[in-house]
Amino acid sequence: MMRADLKRIHGWVPEGARVLDLGCGDGTLLAALARDKGVTGYGLEIDPEGITACLARGVNVIEQNLDEGLANFEDDACDLVVMTQALQALRRPDRMLDEMLRVAGECIITFPNFAYWRHRAYLGLRGYMPVSKSLPHAWYDTPNIHLSTFNDFEHLCRDKGLIIVDRAVGIGDHEGHWTSRWWPNLFGEIAIFRVARHPG
Amino acid sequence: MTELPRDSVGLVSPETAHFDDPLALACGRTLQAYDLVYETYGTLNAERSNAILICHALSGHHHAAGYHSRDERKPGWWDAHIGPGKSIDTDRFFVVSANNLGGCHGSTGPTSLNPETDEAWGPDFPMMTVSDWVHSQARLADRLGIERFAAVVGGSLGGMQVLQWTLSYPERIANAVVIAATPKLSAQNIAFNEVARQAIRSDPDYFDGHYADHGALPRRGLKLARMVGHITYLSEDAMGSKFGRDLRSEDLNFGYDVEFQVESYLRYQGDTFSTSFDANTYLLMTKALDYFDPAAAHGGDLAAAVAPADCPFLVVSFSTDWRFPPWRSKELVNALIRAGKSVSYANIDSPHGHDAFLLPEPRYQAVFAAFMQRVARDQGLEDRP
Repeated sequence: MMRADLKRIHGWVPEGARVLDLGCGDGTLLAALARDKGVTGYGLEIDPEGITACLARGVNVIEQNLDEGLANFEDDACDLVVMTQALQALRRPDRMLDEMLRVAGECIITFPNFAYWRHRAYLGLRGYMPVSKSLPHAWYDTPNIHLSTFNDFEHLCRDKGLIIVDRAVGIGDHEGHWTSRWWPNLFGEIAIFRVARHPG
Repeated sequence: MTELPRDSVGLVSPETAHFDDPLALACGRTLQAYDLVYETYGTLNAERSNAILICHALSGHHHAAGYHSRDERKPGWWDAHIGPGKSIDTDRFFVVSANNLGGCHGSTGPTSLNPETDEAWGPDFPMMTVSDWVHSQARLADRLGIERFAAVVGGSLGGMQVLQWTLSYPERIANAVVIAATPKLSAQNIAFNEVARQAIRSDPDYFDGHYADHGALPRRGLKLARMVGHITYLSEDAMGSKFGRDLRSEDLNFGYDVEFQVESYLRYQGDTFSTSFDANTYLLMTKALDYFDPAAAHGGDLAAAVAPADCPFLVVSFSTDWRFPPWRSKELVNALIRAGKSVSYANIDSPHGHDAFLLPEPRYQAVFAAFMQRVARDQGLEDRP
């Protein structure tokens, strides 16, 4: 069973695309894309267990720290760069977004939406930093150093003059309910953005 | 030892293949005939699809796994990774490991007889290159009926041979495993090799390479060469934790005899090596290392050089390897990425420096085994044939 954000991405990726998956984990997405859509490419990962799992699956995986950038990938080296649930753990998410859209014309990014109503309730009513399925860590040991909201990311894209091709939200393992389509910033637990470079 | 370990390939014995068809070498000369000594482990399947070639490093040889006798103190040099249930699982794979030409363990080399003069080749043995070795290994594969290797695997200088395999015979290699290697030596690497060569060549017992004619051996030179080399194989941390500043005796002697444990260790390593390895072979092997640079023919563009490669690569480096540091492996990985090749890369955290590629380490084994399991699956190999 694939995570909701991965399922949605799977639907968006065109046949035969060259894909770079940043923080590819155990290679689930790339393996499924290779099998179903003839996709080729690489996953970048730093977690040893994830790397071993990728190797066992036959997914090309490069041990590489995303905070060191993507300098080893040429401009337009790929058709699509994917980054699921890693943006919030980067030192400079904005610079990574630039890098992703240098390496490919389009990218897909998913991240936990900090403005999800449960997170708001946790902080607003209980007065604690939210801990949830999408944000499972305590404040002191979380790798998520740049939490943001659905709206924040949209603003960043607008500031950078990027095109938002598509967006969606997920809740748990499912695609969002109708409420989350109307009010994604409030009812979406996972934000999913498909962003493209402005032509020219 | 009477009982051999259960995960060992057990007792093995080398075989020799003689070749009469001349081998044209990169240096312009030709070897009219030659022998290759090799060992095999496991069984070649009916489809001949489960063969793995092991390429050895500077001072390596064909004895990569198992024991030559029950009394042998140590198994083959890569026994940690070759055997039943190990990364290179001999229950699935048929493993071939040959001594390189120019070596001193049975394959034709400086200590062999030159058929034209009926005397030992000595320093007149032709200079070998990595591609010469690869061509000779391909002929051995022909002899064994292996059209295509499921994988060619090697560490250090062995890893360079693997890379050369993907360029010289892309249709004959299904997977490449390049461990602790580099696409070319750095100036510092060549410098260390030159110190080693000068140590040998300046030994009065070297006699310009004709030491055998004088009944001599350049032991002191070879010992120094090995001592220098050995320092580059270990990390500072590994040396520190192994020896620290420990003394052989309790007090300082204020002399030049062995005082520190690390001196004793280096001298012992050098002494052992100097009586078991041929000086001309050592010189020749270091030159093969220095010459290797597949990008040179492409204006230094490694991505262009690897264009012929047509198989998945696994590239592995070790965090404290300062002989061929992780970024040298990354150089190869990045060139393969630029060329759009299938490649995976892991940098293993290990305190053991360059030597880490020889040793067992849980993450190294996990990475290696995972890749080899996928190789077996892609070749349609059963778990236990």
